[in-house]
Amino acid sequence: MDIKTIAPATKALRPRPLSPNIQIYRPQLTSVLSIANRITGVVLSVGAVGLVIWLSAAAAGPEPYAMVQRLIGSWIGRIVMLGFTFAFFLHLCGGIRHLVWDTVHGFELRSIYISGWSVVAASVLLTVAAWAAGLSIGGWL
Amino acid sequence: MNRPSFRSPLGRAIGLGSAKSGWQHWLVQRVTAVALVPLTLWFVASMIAHTGSDYPVFVAWLRTPFAAGGMILLLIALFHHTALGLQVVIEDYVHSGARFAVVIAIQLCCYGLAVVGIIATLRIAFGGE
Repeated sequence: MDIKTIAPATKALRPRPLSPNIQIYRPQLTSVLSIANRITGVVLSVGAVGLVIWLSAAAAGPEPYAMVQRLIGSWIGRIVMLGFTFAFFLHLCGGIRHLVWDTVHGFELRSIYISGWSVVAASVLLTVAAWAAGLSIGGWL
Repeated sequence: MNRPSFRSPLGRAIGLGSAKSGWQHWLVQRVTAVALVPLTLWFVASMIAHTGSDYPVFVAWLRTPFAAGGMILLLIALFHHTALGLQVVIEDYVHSGARFAVVIAIQLCCYGLAVVGIIATLRIAFGGE
């Protein structure tokens, strides 16, 4: 069929096409890391509040400090801290990637995927290394 | 449609909107990011080194000028970076009239928390016992 004969009919049946948005676009490394950088940023904001609570507890004395430390040392606390550690390293590595981009380097598609997977690998490795070091110093390993 | 323009780049840019304050937000976000790379790595390394250490050991560490100074610099850079970052997130997703109020509230919270953290650090650094 000729396009001119279809066009008026489809125009009536279908709504106007939309530009690709997050709900219909297949997730890719680039888009996932972009939103991950934002999500980890928001998560780390909550972590920053935790840092202030922790410092305030330490300033208040040994008992409040011990209470916060017990909370961090509990299983839920440790899982939360593991999440914060990974969020921190992902945001750090992603942020460094952004700083490199700001110097107008690494914009070729190949470079973007190499740096993207490097961010993922480095974040996982640094999280594992940090926890292995912490657990061995703390005497749990 | 695609005829070459005889207007200068400046002539085409003029009148399109402000380029006065947006770039400073962008730049300070980067400056604080660069500052946070060594500061956060130092903080995480210090936390790892103090895993399982008790209160006196931790306090003795935070009483050294290096650690106290580092912690205060970390709090300043961290909350400045957080305020700028959360502002962008809110501006992207909050479209109602509440946007301005939410941005102000978040920024005041960030600077308030930074001050609380700095005072806590100073109390430990200059505390008695």
